Amino acid sequence: MYVATKGGERAIEAAHAWLAEERRGDPAVPELSVAQIREQMSLAVNRVMAEGSLHDPDLAALAIKQARGDLIEAIFLIRAYRTTLPRFGASVPVDTARMAIDRRISATFKDVPGGQVLGPTFDYSHRLLDFALMAEGAPPPAPTRDPETANTAAPAPHVLALLDRDGLMEPQTDGAETPPDLTRSPLEMPAERALRLQALARGDEGFILGLAYSTQRGYGRTHAFVGELRIGRCIVEMEIPELGFAVGIGEIELTECETVNQFTGSKTEPAQFTRGYGLVPGQSERKAIAMSLVDRALRWEELGEDNTGAPAQDAEFVLSHCDNIQATGFLEHIKLPHYVDFQSELELIRRLRREAVAAAPQSAAPAAHSAPAPSSSPAPSSPAKGEAAE
Amino acid sequence: MTARATRKARPERPAMSEDYNFAYLDEDTKRMIRRALLKGIAIPGYQVPFASREMPMPYGWGTGGVQVTAACLVPEDRLKVIDQGADDTTNAVSIRRFFERTAGVATTTRTREATLIQTRHRIPEEPLREGQILVYQVPIPEPLRFLEPRESETRRMHALEDYGLMHVKLYEDIARHGEIATSYAYPVRVAGRHVMDPSPIPKFDNPKLSGNAAIQLFGAGREQRIYAVPPWTQVVSLDFEDHPFTPSKADAACDLCGAAGSYLDEVITDDAGSRMFVCSDTDYCTTRQAEGHRGRLNREEVA
Amino acid sequence: MSPLLRVESLGKSYGARLGCAEVSFDLWPGEVLGIVGESGSGKSTLLGCLAGHLAADSGRILYRGRDTRAMSEPERRMLARTEWAFVHQNPRDGLRMGVSAGGNVGERLMAVGARNYGQIRAAATDWLGRVEIAATRIDDRPRQFSGGMQQRLQIARNLVTGPRLVFMDEPTGGLDVSVQARLLDLLRGLVRDMGLSVVIVTHDLAVARLLADRLMVMKDGHVIEQGLTDQVLDDPQAAYTQLLVSSVLQV
Repeated sequence: MYVATKGGERAIEAAHAWLAEERRGDPAVPELSVAQIREQMSLAVNRVMAEGSLHDPDLAALAIKQARGDLIEAIFLIRAYRTTLPRFGASVPVDTARMAIDRRISATFKDVPGGQVLGPTFDYSHRLLDFALMAEGAPPPAPTRDPETANTAAPAPHVLALLDRDGLMEPQTDGAETPPDLTRSPLEMPAERALRLQALARGDEGFILGLAYSTQRGYGRTHAFVGELRIGRCIVEMEIPELGFAVGIGEIELTECETVNQFTGSKTEPAQFTRGYGLVPGQSERKAIAMSLVDRALRWEELGEDNTGAPAQDAEFVLSHCDNIQATGFLEHIKLPHYVDFQSELELIRRLRREAVAAAPQSAAPAAHSAPAPSSSPAPSSPAKGEAAE
Repeated sequence: MTARATRKARPERPAMSEDYNFAYLDEDTKRMIRRALLKGIAIPGYQVPFASREMPMPYGWGTGGVQVTAACLVPEDRLKVIDQGADDTTNAVSIRRFFERTAGVATTTRTREATLIQTRHRIPEEPLREGQILVYQVPIPEPLRFLEPRESETRRMHALEDYGLMHVKLYEDIARHGEIATSYAYPVRVAGRHVMDPSPIPKFDNPKLSGNAAIQLFGAGREQRIYAVPPWTQVVSLDFEDHPFTPSKADAACDLCGAAGSYLDEVITDDAGSRMFVCSDTDYCTTRQAEGHRGRLNREEVA
Repeated sequence: MSPLLRVESLGKSYGARLGCAEVSFDLWPGEVLGIVGESGSGKSTLLGCLAGHLAADSGRILYRGRDTRAMSEPERRMLARTEWAFVHQNPRDGLRMGVSAGGNVGERLMAVGARNYGQIRAAATDWLGRVEIAATRIDDRPRQFSGGMQQRLQIARNLVTGPRLVFMDEPTGGLDVSVQARLLDLLRGLVRDMGLSVVIVTHDLAVARLLADRLMVMKDGHVIEQGLTDQVLDDPQAAYTQLLVSSVLQV
């Protein structure tokens, strides 16, 4: 007697318990603390905060722990939590020119006011596994702090602002109106640049990286130089109506990239450089550079460039597919039951085949069977029977 | 593996309801969704953009339906959740538990007892009544999407009632297959105006969309769209005069309850090609069995 | 009798660049008007404005007395799929390449409410015959057709709803000479039999001579000469037209 599968509830309970066990791993190995993840896996924490659109290193670390290191799953946890948070207001725009610099490089000028600061980068590390890190408890050599760099509180103006002053850069004006909020209003096409930048900032690092790479290889080429890449901390300020002025409410780490791109000019405008922009919370320069390339590629229309049909030029394509939480959800939903749709397809295809067979000329029907296989490999009987029944 | 399986499940976690607002979403969000729902009701079949929130379940797993349900639920509601017609499929269980925890509402598996039914891919067999709400989970709300990928263009086509392309698709089906080869998510025209995707229900269910006493609400979370069919609204499945729409199902009766007119799941029972058919609507089937109806494989308690 | 289409002082520019300016003419029922000129002369801009593909900046376009520039988008689209037709130079722009020949011809019928498959198919078969495409090709896709066949299919797709006014943009461009001749012959027959009014843009004066009753010569966005086809081609007045005609005769 057939009984339809029951007990989905018990199965889910058991699956969750098993998952918790797997997450913990071997109990003989000490458990990771959230603080350890926050401090020692900080780039993972940064990515979860950036794509989760929530600045909270502790929660991001917790999410990574809970997600067993699956960063998209961790981002998902943060996004779902973020939905439930009340909104108290909006900060005033952060002033990245006043950033406390940890790292700042320009590929376009050998030296710039404020200096080039290498900062904590993998760039010139040889990618050799450091087996010393395996020896537990062995502390890395203590860094020596150069007293000269410690007091570079001197302002580091944006490199592109220097070109701007000479009129070589496309002018950039502050929009007076508050930009729309992607997380509070539905994305409608065509999307203005502010909205595009928001989507890119929280978009999947891998997707944005791939698109940016495609522009470099000729699919929507923009000839980008990194005018400036800077990483550091900015003060977040909020206007308090009762006070009538803005007060600092905290500090966040940001990575900002501005690219300088070729532009030949047109009949009405003299040649000048254009820019692409990337801003990502936390230290995430790969994402920031990629974002600025994609931003620039998406601007083809306003700059009067040709649409070459490259994916990175297609705003609707990029914005509809850059969010990894949307993508992973929809991708993975095809593992949910689809018995009903499948059943209806099954009926349809059976009927179409039946009709096709009935309509086919009689001569074709009794196709000559090939000689039976040698007796050494006995043919399985059931599939053959199934076919004969058809 | 077996050792793990026999290990005892953890005791139930405490209810989340105290940490979150009633039905999870904050009141502002619910108000925003209700406005979209009202607009949808006012323009039957029109896709209303709404600022879909990230939910604690994946996109594509019913986040649109869940948000619509959350915006409609009141504490007195009795909720039923089905997936593929069944109350006990894992995703239905998961969504039902979500609302048990976050809204504390009563739940049921009985269609007639429910005030709100969230569904994925089916319309219950038992006719709905006035006052009930049926919430559909929708993966791709745009019926023109696979003919025209651009949102900006499809919205214009709806605005201008430019639906020739939809019929071209049906024409091509008939030219190639001799009939309209769309078996689920079969496009409909609502109240003589908007062409609508009824979500991936089998076309067998399409006739139930029309003149239904219940409010039918459709939520697509990832695609940020809500649409609706008000009670007693005419919903017509697109077709040609000489190739009329025909709802279809497996040519069999339920092997458990004997129902001849319900939508059936095909179940493969061994590796020799044996199969049986059972109602996809589990409540309908169990109710009929309780009333004494019997199917082919359920006459006496023999394997 | 009143003109089918009356154009008054039509102008369109792209920023500082002029598309066309101060264009005025009347098109009478059953008349074929040719617009000739070299590329960049504004003839395609003018055609685009007339057909509603481009928004003109100034002037009036009166179709049967109604200003199409003042029409709502749905009204204009309805016109575009009933009383008007547009034949593109490149059949790819005017056909659905992934849809069968029958579906291509049937689309306009379905867009205006035809809901009988058998009748749609019969009309498609009839029209394929009229443009000399074998009925057995009805379920083939345009990709499987030659360039000339694709163009004939595009014409069938446009004429199936019995339009009054047809816009054509270099309909024979890009085809071999022998294929061109056959297509022109076909077009001439259809125009005469259906009593169509046509605005045809071409840079090919031979095409203009064969099809058009009247010609308008454009240069730098302006109409510099117009008149009966024979008159313009045999006795051109404007220096530019003389150059245009003589350059053709040399070939």
